[in-house]
Amino acid sequence: MTLAAGETVTRLAEISGAANVITDSAQLAGYEIDGLVPSAAVKPGTREEICEIVKFCAAEKLAIIPCGGRSKLSMGGTPARYDVAVDATRLDRIVVYDPNDLTLSVEPGIPLQRLAGVLAGHQQFVPLAVPFLSRATAGGTIASGVDSPLRQLYGTARDFLLGMEFVTGEGIWGKSGGLVVKNVAGYDLHKLMIGAMGTLGIITKLNFRTFPAPRSPRVFSASFDSCDDALELRRRVMQSPLRVLTLDILNPGAVQMLSSEIAARLEPGPDCVDRIAKDKWAVLAAFASSGALLQRYQEEMNRMAKEAGCEDCEIAGDENRPTAFGRVREFVPIALESSAATVTLKLSVLPTKVGKLLDAVSSAAQENGVRFATYTGGLGVSYVALLPDGRDEDWRGRVLKAADDIGNACAQLGGNVTIPWAPGEWKSFLKIWGPERTEFAQMRELKKVFDPAGILAPGRFAGGI
Amino acid sequence: MNSRLLRELKKLLGPESVLHAPEELLLYEYDGSVETGRPECVVFPRTTTDVLGIVQLARKHKTPIVGRGSGTGLSGGAIARHGGIVASFARMNRIVEIDAENQVARVQPGVVNSDLSAAVADLGLHFAPDPSSQKACTIGGNVSENSGGPHTLAYGVTTNHVLGLEVVLPTGEVLRLGNSALDPAGYDLTGLFVGSEGTFGLVTEITVKLTRLLETVKTLLAIFDSVDDATETVAEITARGITPAACEMLDGWTIRAVEDYVHAGFPLDCAAILLIDVDGLKEETEAEAAEVGEVCRAHNAREVRVARNTRERELLWKGRKNAFGAVGRVSPSYYTQDGVIPRTKLPATLRRIGEIARTYGLQIGNVFHAGDGNLHPIILFDERDEKQFRDTVAAADEIIAFCVQAGGSITGEHGVGMEKDRLMPLLFSEADLELMKRVRAIFNPEGLLNPGKIFPSTKGCGEIYVRPPRNGNTTPAEKRP
Repeated sequence: MTLAAGETVTRLAEISGAANVITDSAQLAGYEIDGLVPSAAVKPGTREEICEIVKFCAAEKLAIIPCGGRSKLSMGGTPARYDVAVDATRLDRIVVYDPNDLTLSVEPGIPLQRLAGVLAGHQQFVPLAVPFLSRATAGGTIASGVDSPLRQLYGTARDFLLGMEFVTGEGIWGKSGGLVVKNVAGYDLHKLMIGAMGTLGIITKLNFRTFPAPRSPRVFSASFDSCDDALELRRRVMQSPLRVLTLDILNPGAVQMLSSEIAARLEPGPDCVDRIAKDKWAVLAAFASSGALLQRYQEEMNRMAKEAGCEDCEIAGDENRPTAFGRVREFVPIALESSAATVTLKLSVLPTKVGKLLDAVSSAAQENGVRFATYTGGLGVSYVALLPDGRDEDWRGRVLKAADDIGNACAQLGGNVTIPWAPGEWKSFLKIWGPERTEFAQMRELKKVFDPAGILAPGRFAGGI
Repeated sequence: MNSRLLRELKKLLGPESVLHAPEELLLYEYDGSVETGRPECVVFPRTTTDVLGIVQLARKHKTPIVGRGSGTGLSGGAIARHGGIVASFARMNRIVEIDAENQVARVQPGVVNSDLSAAVADLGLHFAPDPSSQKACTIGGNVSENSGGPHTLAYGVTTNHVLGLEVVLPTGEVLRLGNSALDPAGYDLTGLFVGSEGTFGLVTEITVKLTRLLETVKTLLAIFDSVDDATETVAEITARGITPAACEMLDGWTIRAVEDYVHAGFPLDCAAILLIDVDGLKEETEAEAAEVGEVCRAHNAREVRVARNTRERELLWKGRKNAFGAVGRVSPSYYTQDGVIPRTKLPATLRRIGEIARTYGLQIGNVFHAGDGNLHPIILFDERDEKQFRDTVAAADEIIAFCVQAGGSITGEHGVGMEKDRLMPLLFSEADLELMKRVRAIFNPEGLLNPGKIFPSTKGCGEIYVRPPRNGNTTPAEKRP
């Protein structure tokens, strides 16, 4: 910082009001990332204030990290610098909701659960059943790029985010897309912002397509002795005419983790995972079951599960809990609490290669003596939590070795690997964003266009951005 | 054209792959829009290496280069506005790989949209984006324009189905963006490139998702005696949370033009029809079709027919997909607009289009993707009549201005191209456009690739649109959106 902290605080207070600038160290600790604490946090109340804050920080070369519910600050790389947290939680309005058009425009700080409550009043929803749901905001969800079990049917945010407004690293207000379901005017800059960890701009508005909420969702669960059998059910479901909302495969480690006391504390309420034997592989699939559909799904799911070698399957009647895949959704938060130093990898391969990948995961974890849990979506995206029992150098070495082996195996299978969550002090030893890719060069150029002074979340993103 | 460049292109690709005689270039002056621009030569690469070579020569000679698929675009995207080289991908038309179990395919950009669906139909799959021109348009063109189609209502537009791209940048770099596995690290450059209208790079290979064909499809034809009743029906279907696979509307004038040509069985005396597909499991389509029928009748549908078999279905859809061809038979020229509005504003917007038609004394037909609020008013004109041509452009602009005021967009699936560059300020500020230009400059720093597109030029709009009339009947053969 070139300015004394006091001058920064004075200026931020001029912009957003003293009451909206946090300088108290106990409160600032809540904004900590990998051991770094900002000198101030500011809660702007308008887009114009954000523009002013960013212009001031750009002029003074102060590094900003935007945040919302702060549930995912530990994702990504360790910031290179961190002077000011821009907390968007005061920007929490629904700007436009036109239920008859199924479109929605919100400010970034709106908590997803509050939003879900409003949409539920119209039997609608935005298919973002993301981890840390109880604390997540719309803006943080988009900026972190976390996915959800519902991607099986609805895709990810890039498929239903219609447009966005943002403030660039020069303090310029910009926009892309619109608030209609079909639109090809201008470049889709908002797609760049999804998962960009706030490195290109601070989100000030998000436009979504909403969807009719699934009617009477149910969850089918089946347990298997082997990974291959579980994957065989996945294959059969994918080739069937059924359109499931979610399709998730858990290894025995994940079944144990998600039915543990920690899991029940973080995501209370009954969950179909509780009913699965702890030494089995599980396949969970949610589906909408209005009218005659229930019987059809019941028959076909049971038949396919038996053909795949399942001994034990059932359909949970779970009318009151449309997000019955709650524990699966909270796989990462539960994993983070389930070990002294959880490292979570995200691995994507073609569905036919998942079996080989999970074999490699299992070998790597076992060879290094690390507990592990895996959760794989039907489209081939897996989360692997490595769960060491300690945080010392020995454990670090074993976890790093396992993570490295898994990453290499995934790359050899033509897949993509990142390590979204790891203890801060281990991050420098890990390839958080996977191997260098040739297009990182263009990404660095993009960063320069949006943030020439390099003040937005420096160091948190791929390619050293 | 610079004769040295021509020589070098011939040396690179062989003389049979370079066209430059004026009569050969004539066809490449047009696409499906009302715009024209003559290239100095047309080249036909067969490989990524060829494309790279072309780009390097263009760069060396500081000559513009424009990619082209089948030329069915409706916004002038594939037209050489400032001359130079047109790179036609007609010969890069191979389906490279089909991976049925993983539901992905790799294709070259010149593969015709419906050819891919035909190639995977036996596997129970299809490529979901289905522009009405799908029997002619290429997937490379779909990627450039982020094309839609009737069934994008339920299945999404092109960008929702593209996983990865190989692109040649005008700087001479070859990039592989994304891949068949999901969620590659870094910014979503694939998402940025799709719909960039050929201004970032030349796409040389595309990795696409294939979508499973559903068990049952039911096609409903709802017949109305008033346009308002039809648009109110669409608004209520949307509001009820029913998402049909497609929900198309044709107004009475268009129905009569179509029926005369296709004989799809549309009634000649009605004011509007809705053509609605519902699909899914047998159990759900039955329930959904019943609910859609109920909404239609509640809004005074005179009749709701359900196609009894595949033949009847295909005939109804043939009527819809050939609507633009039918219009071409009754008017020397026509101008198809592509505005978007929130679905709740459909009734008011259709009424406004009627008023605009009356004000200018023009015939405007409507055939469009009602379910996603994507309008296609077709304005008929005779381009030998300069006043009528000016009125046509003015009427189109009024329609678009109304769409924007209603909270919509200037283009839903056709692109901005050279048709709507001057309308971009209706949606975007100078700062927004400047940011987009700076993003373009990362990939296309010298502006050699597809210049004169998307961004407003400094010329007044009158200058752009006044041009000498063409001779004879100039309606391009493939004028279908």
